[in-house]
Amino acid sequence: MPVVATALSLTHLGSLMRGVRSVDEVGADERAASLAKRSIKKSSKLWALDLAVRCMDLTTLEGSDTTGKVTALCAKGIRPKPGDPTIPSVAAICVYPARVADAATHLTGSNVKVASVATAFPSGQSFTSIKVTETEHAVRAGAHEIDMVIDRGAFLSGDYQRVYDEIIAVKEACGNAHLKVILETGELGTYDAVRRASILAMAAGADFIKTSTGKVQPAATLPVSLVMMEAIRDFVRETGRPVGFKAAGGIRTSKQAIAYLVLLYETLGSDWMTPDLFRLGASTLLNDVLMQIEKERTGVYQSPDYFTID
Amino acid sequence: MAITKKQSAQLAKQVFEYAPAPEAIDHVKIQPRYGLFIGGKMVEPHSKKHFPTINPATEKKLAEVAEADALDVDRAVKSAAKAFDSWSRLAPSQRSRYIFRISRLIQERARELAVIETMDGGKPIKESRDVDIPLAAAHFFYYAGWADKLEWAFPNRKPKPLGVAGQIIPWNFPLLMLAWKIAPALAAGNTVVLKPAETTPLSAMLFADICMQAELPPGVVNIVTGAGKTGSLVVSHPGVKKVAFTGSTEVGKMIQKQLAGTGKKLTLELGGKAANIVFEDAPLDQAVEGIVNGIYFNQGHVCCAGSRLLVQESIAEPLMEKLKRRLSTLRLGDPLDKNTDIGAINSRAQLEKIQGLVESGLQEGAELYQPECQLPEKGFWFPPTLFTNVSQSYRIAREEIFGPVLSVLTFRTPAEAVEKANNTPYGLSAGVWTDKGSRILWMAEHLRAGVVWANTFNRFDPTSPFGGYKESGFGREGGIHGLAPYLDLN
Repeated sequence: MPVVATALSLTHLGSLMRGVRSVDEVGADERAASLAKRSIKKSSKLWALDLAVRCMDLTTLEGSDTTGKVTALCAKGIRPKPGDPTIPSVAAICVYPARVADAATHLTGSNVKVASVATAFPSGQSFTSIKVTETEHAVRAGAHEIDMVIDRGAFLSGDYQRVYDEIIAVKEACGNAHLKVILETGELGTYDAVRRASILAMAAGADFIKTSTGKVQPAATLPVSLVMMEAIRDFVRETGRPVGFKAAGGIRTSKQAIAYLVLLYETLGSDWMTPDLFRLGASTLLNDVLMQIEKERTGVYQSPDYFTID
Repeated sequence: MAITKKQSAQLAKQVFEYAPAPEAIDHVKIQPRYGLFIGGKMVEPHSKKHFPTINPATEKKLAEVAEADALDVDRAVKSAAKAFDSWSRLAPSQRSRYIFRISRLIQERARELAVIETMDGGKPIKESRDVDIPLAAAHFFYYAGWADKLEWAFPNRKPKPLGVAGQIIPWNFPLLMLAWKIAPALAAGNTVVLKPAETTPLSAMLFADICMQAELPPGVVNIVTGAGKTGSLVVSHPGVKKVAFTGSTEVGKMIQKQLAGTGKKLTLELGGKAANIVFEDAPLDQAVEGIVNGIYFNQGHVCCAGSRLLVQESIAEPLMEKLKRRLSTLRLGDPLDKNTDIGAINSRAQLEKIQGLVESGLQEGAELYQPECQLPEKGFWFPPTLFTNVSQSYRIAREEIFGPVLSVLTFRTPAEAVEKANNTPYGLSAGVWTDKGSRILWMAEHLRAGVVWANTFNRFDPTSPFGGYKESGFGREGGIHGLAPYLDLN
């Protein structure tokens, strides 16, 4: 366990958390807005779109998900554009725990990972023992990655110890599976709280920190992502352990995806531009990216009917 | 094919160098030669002399502009004096309509103006597009609203216009400074003779076209181009009742001497050596952005630039590390590229001045930091520069550099910060970065600077007065305060 984690598990966790450096909201919003104005064209655009596909967690999180739906999504994830081998596979397929087995079956033999949300997603309002058990089941069913939610109720009431302990317990239940910790920034209220939750999650051992479940508005925004990336930068500076970042919720267009890549590039640098340290969680983004790649290559837009709907 | 982490990072370095994204310039027509804008039309100069204006990013000539001599200036002042009779008697709501019209035309022709500003002055297109031009339009818009409310602005003081205003503006924000000068003057009922800087006259020439398009009565705005000599002729002309100057402290002093005893009203907006003060409880990542915006915005060609960074010693180390990392992400190059953060230095003379002062910093013992940065071969360029180990006594801590050069000093207590910040002949602006509201108020009370920004820097708004203490000048521009220098008040 990293040194920082030991230090923070002291009884003073609360005051340590309140001592986390603040964020100026106006300044963060401005910086994010200025980066969103970067103009990414031609070869750099094509490269960014290719990376967006490679870093994508193709997601379906509906009550109506079935084996059929997940099977179709897996096929799409492995080969996003049938007949075009230059389009890479996505990073992972993200599903509910009950659908992990379906995804694992259909992704066998590919390099696409199975990601599962867990811990009473999306609210996290359940018992720690159940969250741990749910995680264990998901991993046993074949999940390589677990996307857990933090207990926002505990966090907002100042019970940082509870949040921290729960992340540690879930991390342990993950075994070799990677742990992404969802902060659900839309419920945290301030950038100060987002930054505090980021540091807390990283100190507790998160492999990734992730913005949102996608079930709460606002979901991922550029300034919130900036604040989280800056927290990662400071954490790496102090501990040397690189932590990944995942933006999720509301990312539907190539333009948005590129804005996140620019933010990543100018905040954490090119070392983070890999699926090992960056993910985009999205359900409908993929076809827009494919369409833009085609447009960039040929100079003309194709009909949406040339892209499969899965 | 799986791409390993290392390969991917290398790829990022190779390919995510943003491809060029140049702003289109084909919609901009620059004439080969410009005359003077006198009496509502472009006229040939009596002097018959012209001088070139170049693009500082390429050193290529853009156009030739007229050099106004004494007779030309006299013609301009007479035309303004003639127009004053009717303009000052025009119903205030009518004056207001003309100024609103100018504001709208600036907005309509914003792209053209932004490109011209960038080509003639070297500033990044993203700044002329997002800052200079919108703010210039906002100034006209704001003062248009005042034209028929002067009695309300200065109750019981019977505000009356002064006559012809002679206005001289610098090259760092050509159109914006023009707006700061012309908008309040016209709203108050004066007419103007304006002299733009000799290195950046083109946006003023385009503004002349806008005046004609707005059907502004002839002679209300006159624009004479030329260098210092022309400026001096404008200032000393007996028909000029009010002088407004923005530029160097050196020239400001000369003007003040020249005007002594003439009874002409004067406002001066001169140099600065602003302190940007970062306390240990500041939001550091945003403070870094504020520092960068404070000194590298417009290549540091900003009179209120935060050119002295005062950082509390306890956070100096992490702050400097963050700042240096941030400097390495600044993109210097073609000002017309939409991704450029740092453009070209305005002129060869300015570049030499910056180089000289940086040299003095090295000789006096300061430690220099510059990120790896390729400078284009043609044109005038200077990389973003940071000096640490700077003492109050060094020239780089005292003199205005007017370039992308930051001097870093440390302090231990708020009282020491105030003492160091005020220990300069200037007093135009200051920045305070802290999470503590009471400290912001305490600092603002003790800093002798016309503007004190809290947790931000270089933020401008037409409603907010701007101006200096001490050698940074006197008089205020912007807001209700900006009207007073253009009015005779009982």
